[in-house]
Amino acid sequence: MSVLDIAKGMGVTLGHLFKKPVTVLYPEEKVDIKPRFRGRHHLLKHPDSDLEKCIGCSLCAAACPAYAIYVEAEENDPNDPTSAGERYAKIYEINMLRCIFCGLCEEACPTGAIVLGHEFELADFRYQDFIYGKDELMVGVKGSKWQRREAAKKNKEVNIGVKSVPRKELEGVNYD
Amino acid sequence: MSKTITKNNKKETISNKSEFKTKLMRINMGPQHPSTHGVLRLVVDLEGEVVAAVKPQIGYLHTGFEKTMENRSYMQNVTYPNRMDYTASFSHDLAYVLSAEKLMDAVVPIRAQRVRVLLTELNRIASHLIYFATGLLDMGALTLYFYTMREREDILDLFEMIAGARMNYGYFRIGGLAYDVPEGFEEKLRAFISKFPKMMQQYADLFAKNDIFLARSKGIGVLSQEIALDYAMTGPSLRATGVGLDFRKAAPYSGYEDYDFNVPTATAGDVYSRFMVRFEEMGESLKIVEQALNRLEPGPIKDPSRHISLPPRDELASSMEAVIFHFKLVTEGFHPAKAESYVATESARGELGYFLVSDGGSMPYRVKVRVPSLINLQALESACKGGLFADLVMTLASFDPILGDIDK
Ligand code: SF4
Ligand code: SF4
Repeated sequence: MSVLDIAKGMGVTLGHLFKKPVTVLYPEEKVDIKPRFRGRHHLLKHPDSDLEKCIGCSLCAAACPAYAIYVEAEENDPNDPTSAGERYAKIYEINMLRCIFCGLCEEACPTGAIVLGHEFELADFRYQDFIYGKDELMVGVKGSKWQRREAAKKNKEVNIGVKSVPRKELEGVNYD
Repeated sequence: MSKTITKNNKKETISNKSEFKTKLMRINMGPQHPSTHGVLRLVVDLEGEVVAAVKPQIGYLHTGFEKTMENRSYMQNVTYPNRMDYTASFSHDLAYVLSAEKLMDAVVPIRAQRVRVLLTELNRIASHLIYFATGLLDMGALTLYFYTMREREDILDLFEMIAGARMNYGYFRIGGLAYDVPEGFEEKLRAFISKFPKMMQQYADLFAKNDIFLARSKGIGVLSQEIALDYAMTGPSLRATGVGLDFRKAAPYSGYEDYDFNVPTATAGDVYSRFMVRFEEMGESLKIVEQALNRLEPGPIKDPSRHISLPPRDELASSMEAVIFHFKLVTEGFHPAKAESYVATESARGELGYFLVSDGGSMPYRVKVRVPSLINLQALESACKGGLFADLVMTLASFDPILGDIDK
């Protein structure tokens, strides 16, 4: 039995008494989100023409290993097009319960329309509330369905603590 | 009837006098028990305090990964392996892509190989940090838990920077990496490398010579070299019995032959040796990380073949051919020749390899994962029999089982 060894151990502990804690008091404080973080998706638009980038090709659905994406495409109305291509996605749904946030959809999308973002607080109460349609995914929409419901109830802005931005990771894609 | 148990390197005899006659008692430990490190159920036969038999019951975390992988293309499958062993995900990722690359004869650029080694070794450190955190927690040592978790947090931050997730990375691709190392990663990693040896010294001060730790680990859960080899054990648990088998040295992959590192071994085969072998391994892994970082040179990160890697994004707008390859790869994937492949790698727990059988289609015909946790767990009974019940918890912890790895 050596007192010295115990004292050494206690020394380490005592030394830490006066250091700043490394813990973060979530949810009041948020940790830093790194630029590459893979969170909830965003569907992007061409900024100047306001046309959707998605052309309804379903490649993202084909690439998804969790079968989380459902796309139904339709021809654009030539006088009032929705997307920049010939076709657009009439229905675009992602099931957030199935999604494993791998980012393969992003890699597969030929137009850079679907991009993962930084929002990660997606908890909700009912199964159907995890299916995010075009309205929920479109760029500019902030927060999860629940966060937006709560904010609407209180007549407040959605406050999610992280920036609601698509991550800009894939090389060669123009996200602006 | 009397029983001889080994404790503190001394043989003690527990005699059951007639008034204390005990019946064999069967106790279920788990599956919902924190000390079984996951949903593992141990059926323990006890003679008083002495363990007469231990039967691990597995399957509570069965996820069907192998079957799932047989129904996904090779490219989609990069997202699954990391979910099996959730503490050393990069090891699984690496084992899978190496095996798939062997099927496809892919050429992995040198930069990608270095990054892979770097990340896998960092992950080995993170995994061993959890091992010390939870292993010593079973002994009642809560303090170390917070310190090791603090350094693990630094490593996870690095992983989030490079791969975009704190766990379940899915960052390796067949033929290379998903994207290149981000800016600022190298400085952060260098800061970690210079800080970590000091932290290791702190851990050592806390537990390595602590009397309680020594009393609870020395001479406890002894496994002889013979039994370890008979059960085909691998990894640190085998090296703690004196066999220096390490696949990074025995059958180098991903450029491990270029690195200068030692394989720590011990001879006693008890809980203490298993802890110390892993402790020294963290230092060796740090050496490899530093070497890999120093040798990181700019270059391509993917196999240039259009049959394996997706074409560069900027070509999609200009080249019809690139678009065709892109569509073909995403919808169907590639078709390896009819063959089988297996690459043995050294994960944080032992030999890990993916046995892939290709029938020429775009999905593997059969996937079999040789996981180290499952095979090492078989030796648990030999190590615990005749010891005290309280030592069973320590012995199990020292084997470092991960239930996702066992049940897959
Ligand atoms: S992130 Fe992965 S799992 Fe989620 S929708 Fe995209 S491809 Fe599917
Ligand atoms: S998001 Fe991209 S891949 Fe998916 S349907 Fe739209 S254009 Fe195609």
